[in-house]
Amino acid sequence: MLSDKAEEILETLWISSEEKKIQEVTLEKLGIKEDDTYLKELLENNLINLTGQSIINLTPQGKKEGQDIVRRHRLAERLLVDVLDVKDELINETACKFEHLLQKGIDDYICTLLGHPKVCPHGNPIPQGKCCEGKIPHLRIISPLSRLSPGEKGKIAYIHSTDQRKLQKMMAMGVLPGKEITLLQSFPSFLFQIGNSQFAVDESIADEIFVRISEKE
Amino acid sequence: MVKKIIIVGSPNVGKSVIFNYFTGRYVTVSNYPGTTVEVSRGKGKIDGQEYEIIDTPGMYSLIPITEEERVARSILFNEAPEVVLHVIDAKNLERMLPLTLQLIEANLPVILVLNIMDEAERLGIKFDIEQLEKELGIPVIPTVSITGQGMALLRQIIKKGFTKSRVNFIYDDFIETSIKKIENFLKKEYLISKRAISLLLLQEDTEIFQIVREKEGNILEIEKIVRNVKENYSRSINYTISLRRHQIATQICSRVLKEQGKAKTTLLEKISRITMNPWTGIPILLAVLYFGLYKFVGEFGAGTIVDFIETDIFENNINPFVTEIFSRVIPWKVIQELFVGEYGVITLGIRYAIAIILPIVSTFFLVFAVIEDTGYLPRLAMLIDRVFKKIGLSGRAVIPMVLGLGCDTMATIVTRTLPTKRERIMATILLALAVPCSAQLGVIFALFENNPKALFVWLSVISMVFLFTGFLAKRILPGEQPIFFIEVPPLRLPKISNVLIKTYTRMTWYFKEVFPLFILASVLIWFGQLTGIFELVIKLLSYPVKLLDLPEKTAVAYLFGFFRRDYGAAGLYDINKAGLLSGNQLVVAVVTMTLFLPCIAQFLINIKERGWKVGVSISVFIFFFAFIIGFFLNMLLNILGVKL
Repeated sequence: MLSDKAEEILETLWISSEEKKIQEVTLEKLGIKEDDTYLKELLENNLINLTGQSIINLTPQGKKEGQDIVRRHRLAERLLVDVLDVKDELINETACKFEHLLQKGIDDYICTLLGHPKVCPHGNPIPQGKCCEGKIPHLRIISPLSRLSPGEKGKIAYIHSTDQRKLQKMMAMGVLPGKEITLLQSFPSFLFQIGNSQFAVDESIADEIFVRISEKE
Repeated sequence: MVKKIIIVGSPNVGKSVIFNYFTGRYVTVSNYPGTTVEVSRGKGKIDGQEYEIIDTPGMYSLIPITEEERVARSILFNEAPEVVLHVIDAKNLERMLPLTLQLIEANLPVILVLNIMDEAERLGIKFDIEQLEKELGIPVIPTVSITGQGMALLRQIIKKGFTKSRVNFIYDDFIETSIKKIENFLKKEYLISKRAISLLLLQEDTEIFQIVREKEGNILEIEKIVRNVKENYSRSINYTISLRRHQIATQICSRVLKEQGKAKTTLLEKISRITMNPWTGIPILLAVLYFGLYKFVGEFGAGTIVDFIETDIFENNINPFVTEIFSRVIPWKVIQELFVGEYGVITLGIRYAIAIILPIVSTFFLVFAVIEDTGYLPRLAMLIDRVFKKIGLSGRAVIPMVLGLGCDTMATIVTRTLPTKRERIMATILLALAVPCSAQLGVIFALFENNPKALFVWLSVISMVFLFTGFLAKRILPGEQPIFFIEVPPLRLPKISNVLIKTYTRMTWYFKEVFPLFILASVLIWFGQLTGIFELVIKLLSYPVKLLDLPEKTAVAYLFGFFRRDYGAAGLYDINKAGLLSGNQLVVAVVTMTLFLPCIAQFLINIKERGWKVGVSISVFIFFFAFIIGFFLNMLLNILGVKL
């Protein structure tokens, strides 16, 4: 098992190379010295390569490991925000500690619990795990509106939409985090109630509204 | 300059009712979002002072999504109103307040009209109006506009005048400092507050950027500030700002709602759910179509009433009478023909318009008005969205489609409520091709009166053409898949007076539209007969007609069809009455006529709404497509040896 510090280096490295697409990451940029013990740990586990001019990159194995860590970090953030209602400023700090506790297997469990979220609270994508393909709801706390059963209600936890037009329509309907929502019907379209109004939407919209389930009528 | 009152608010909150109240005019009022697609302007007097009253299509926020919202906003921003009436649905105060906040931010003279108070009261919601006025710094008037409750008070406030709100709604520190910075760069004068402009710039509203750029010239600094803010938030600024406004609205509501109210499952709510459950909803839809359309419009309107006016009034009384008069007074046969001949203005044009079209169309509009006012249409949209997605439309398009069964021209105007250009074009094509209007439908029902099998074949063919064309258009026309969302308003009992006034208004509109056309057609045909052009066109048309195995005389009906399809169908009616058509021929002729060219009015609207290129291509396509379908249908019937 890797040390916490080594995991964090892998995480930063993965985000730089895979998401920000920075070609050459140097030790200097990461703020690591060459004789760093964690660096050795990573090299020994064959997770990174160190080439001349102190440029480091991930090995295939390191990429996989890095992705898993990022996934755990972002899932941890979701868990803190959606379920535990932790305030914004504390999220990142707490999530950093939390991610190391989420070992393999547990992350899938939490992912399922949260309704297989696609992005973290900051809007960064969460790498998908094996559990996301199966999509069998076990114990759910958060679920997309499209997977609630009629009669279930809860509070909107967040909205995940990449389409500005759709987002604006949802805002117009008053579909916003914190609002109470009840699913009334799921076929042929999704019918829900917010406040004293009812709306009908299609699946593409119902998929993007994530609800913290509270009770069944 | 005359003082202006602008009425704004979300869709379906009763803006048009208030417009009608102040102007004494009538613009259409229904129970579904998007009834008003055009800005209406009228004059009204309040205590001797004349005002221009402006009714706008519904808008959810100052950032426009649809074309109508854009229009509504530009009126608000450019016409320097004396009063802005923000009409909201009282029971949805929390959801609708954010727009009030935006209007106040823009420094507009807003009065908040808490409408539909009766429904809010029925839910047990209680407001502290004074507190709400204090929170917002503007007058708040509770009303029930359809009964006129609260309207006198509203008049009084407008007459007396009021001061604009000085309340500021505060965003987070970073946004606030950015607003201050942008405000400093806005040197020129604007009709709305600089704070509102700064907020819209932060929300990256391209239109406002354009306006500011034109006024200020160099706006690099502003762009820099906006970019800087954007980088500091992970979610869009628009979202962040909207979220904050909703928070403010929630806070205000927590202080002004003395009682939250509780949704009760009323009888209407139970019925509402039954209409949306597919197991019960589809039978209900079929029942509505059968009783509303077939029984009432088809049998009663196109049968009983038409028979009465046509036979008892025209054939037995008016026609012989005027023919007698004309043959006595006017000695020239040519002029006699113009008025009382086979295609005469009176004996054909006016007879068709009054005896056949008028009863059918008025019965349809009556049924449609009842359906509209109950709020059934959004429920139908919800029920049918899945099917419509297959043909590239969203459930919302069901509203223009059903209206098209009344009048395709009106329906084409209503396609404006569809959110994307692609959906509007597709709906226009389908309306022009495969949605028969009530006038035509009525005649068609009458044609098939004694032949239910033929009616069934006709119905199946038209439905298939409808679905097939939509399916094809979906593949061919580029663009994104439509998304579907619609507010489902409560089911309401229709108000008889509104149903009657609405039917009457539509009838007047319709009659003005068709009456001249019928007379024009008679005159043109008369002229054509004189000059021999008529014979020539008939001869040309007889070729495709013969290809369909139809008697040559039907070519005359298709010539009528160039003017209006129902006119053409009425032509078929006469031919059929003379016993010239077999069952198969009848179906083929009617299918072709149903698909045949849109009427002149619809053609002109197509061009106006979609541009001449699209408008003309639709018509050319339809002309050939109609005959092709007719040809293949005839062939198929022959091969299968079907005798209808």
